[in-house]
Amino acid sequence: MAVVFEKPKSMADVTLHYCPGCTHGIIHRLVCEVIDEMGIEGDTIGVCPVGCSVMAYDYFNCDMIEAAHGRAPAVATGVKRTNPDKYVFTYQGDGDLAAIGTAETVHAATRGENIVVIFVNNTTYGMTGGQMAPTTLPGQVTQTTPYGRDPKLMGYPVRVCEMLATLTGTALAQRVAVNSVPHIRETKKAIRKAFENQRDKKGFSIVEVLSTCPTNWGLSPVDALKRLEDEMIPYYPLGVFKDENAFPEKEGE
Amino acid sequence: MERNLMKGNEALAEAAIRAGCKCFFGYPITPQTEISAYLAKRFEAAGGVFLQAESEIAAINMVLGAASTGVRAMTSSSSPGISLKSEGISYIAGSDLPCVIINVQRGGPGLGGIQPSQADYWQATKALGHGDFQLLVFAPNSVQEMVDTVIKAFDLADQYRMPAMILADGLLGQMMEPVTFPEITSKPLEKPWATNGHGNKREHNIINSLYLQPDVLEKSVIDRFKRYDEIKENHAEAELYKTEDAEIVVTAYGATSRVAKSAVNMAREQGIKAGLIRPVTLWPFPVKQFQKTAETADKFLCVEMSMGQMIDDVKLAINCSKPVEFYGRTGGVIPKPSEILDEIKKYVGGAK
Repeated sequence: MAVVFEKPKSMADVTLHYCPGCTHGIIHRLVCEVIDEMGIEGDTIGVCPVGCSVMAYDYFNCDMIEAAHGRAPAVATGVKRTNPDKYVFTYQGDGDLAAIGTAETVHAATRGENIVVIFVNNTTYGMTGGQMAPTTLPGQVTQTTPYGRDPKLMGYPVRVCEMLATLTGTALAQRVAVNSVPHIRETKKAIRKAFENQRDKKGFSIVEVLSTCPTNWGLSPVDALKRLEDEMIPYYPLGVFKDENAFPEKEGE
Repeated sequence: MERNLMKGNEALAEAAIRAGCKCFFGYPITPQTEISAYLAKRFEAAGGVFLQAESEIAAINMVLGAASTGVRAMTSSSSPGISLKSEGISYIAGSDLPCVIINVQRGGPGLGGIQPSQADYWQATKALGHGDFQLLVFAPNSVQEMVDTVIKAFDLADQYRMPAMILADGLLGQMMEPVTFPEITSKPLEKPWATNGHGNKREHNIINSLYLQPDVLEKSVIDRFKRYDEIKENHAEAELYKTEDAEIVVTAYGATSRVAKSAVNMAREQGIKAGLIRPVTLWPFPVKQFQKTAETADKFLCVEMSMGQMIDDVKLAINCSKPVEFYGRTGGVIPKPSEILDEIKKYVGGAK
């Protein structure tokens, strides 16, 4: 009988610890499908963040490193600079990447580090129980914004892809979502492109994935997907913000 | 062997290249910038990677990443920068990764000054980050020893899978002395734990310091401390100078030990039985050497460029069996031999 669907080989055969309805599992799977399709598991090193996906090192079958909070792009830089022919990716949440790790993220991008960053934006600090993230939307209630995020007091959410698209070292800055089948397909294409950029030494590639957190949003999984569509996408528009080789002079080398 | 006149920082950088260091990640800070500058110029041709990071925090995490893949990695900084690195150093220790960290100490606290200091002793030997862990800490006192200890630091770091620190100071970093580079005889160790891509030939490796089960975390720490015991037993080093018949034994490390040795010689010329014990490793602290010295000495005089930090370890090493006096200058002030001689005289011959 022909196999029409199976777990990606680069995805470990273990139970994920994520909450019911959380979309991390989908994103993990898409990364693994791309690794499988490119046949690069043996040449890939992943770097995990601190946050909900802190234990992703147990879920990917490639070599994995667990970084300190926000430091994954620096760790990935150390890996990539000493192993330029290997594939290196980070998998980071919004608190990790866009708050405590802002400097590491921006400078990895501006150096054009030839790595892939999978950035999971769910507008909250999930692991610590749902506090305000740099991406928390205005008015959004969290543990530390019990009356809703007031931009006058807490500032505005950061649009990471738009910011990084201004940097010459960025090859790809694309925002996608995993709330529908078409969006999931688009997400996989973006992840594939990011890894191909790395193969072709085009520079820093970031794929921002709008994701859900039913537990901390206080919504059912279905309502959480609806919130992503109705509230997140209007603030964080999907699309390609930058797509060009950061090092065109290297082409054909 | 060829002798070269070199600045301490540059000699150290050259020694790192020869020791097989493959990458350096740093951030500018006085008085250690010559290390970066030297490597920026020389490293690429030697097949190494030099990268100026956006911060000390990023630099130490780049070291973590590179060390994870099994290559010899180094960073260097000076006191305020080492404080920033302490997060990453704790993760490196918790992940059982080898690397070498240079601290060319300057005066503190805060922004402090840029003149030589030894006020980071406590930080280096007791608290370079959160959690139960140690670093190997070497205290060279000459440009030649800057070279010799960096080679040894890489070897022992690899052997015990832990970070090693060269605790130098602005004086050693900036001064010039003749130096020879020894032939490297040690062979690089196999690192089957490295995360450098499994090549579909083995299970995946994980570099990690997270253990959510307390008993598992406890065991990992206890296992690490067993290695520390082995290091304490085998790798504590000290130089003993004229201690056999000494009534008063001065103790100092790093650049201060050079000044202290001059004072000891001056004292000897005046008929005072003075000696010097100089820790070469600060962790492990040379406890046995101190205990042996305490069998014959009447008194110790600890001299530091700080308000007195190593003195605690001296007292503990000899179990307070003999009085331990202290003389220190701090803030970047270097003690003069005559000042130390005056202290020696204060405590010798009952003239107190």
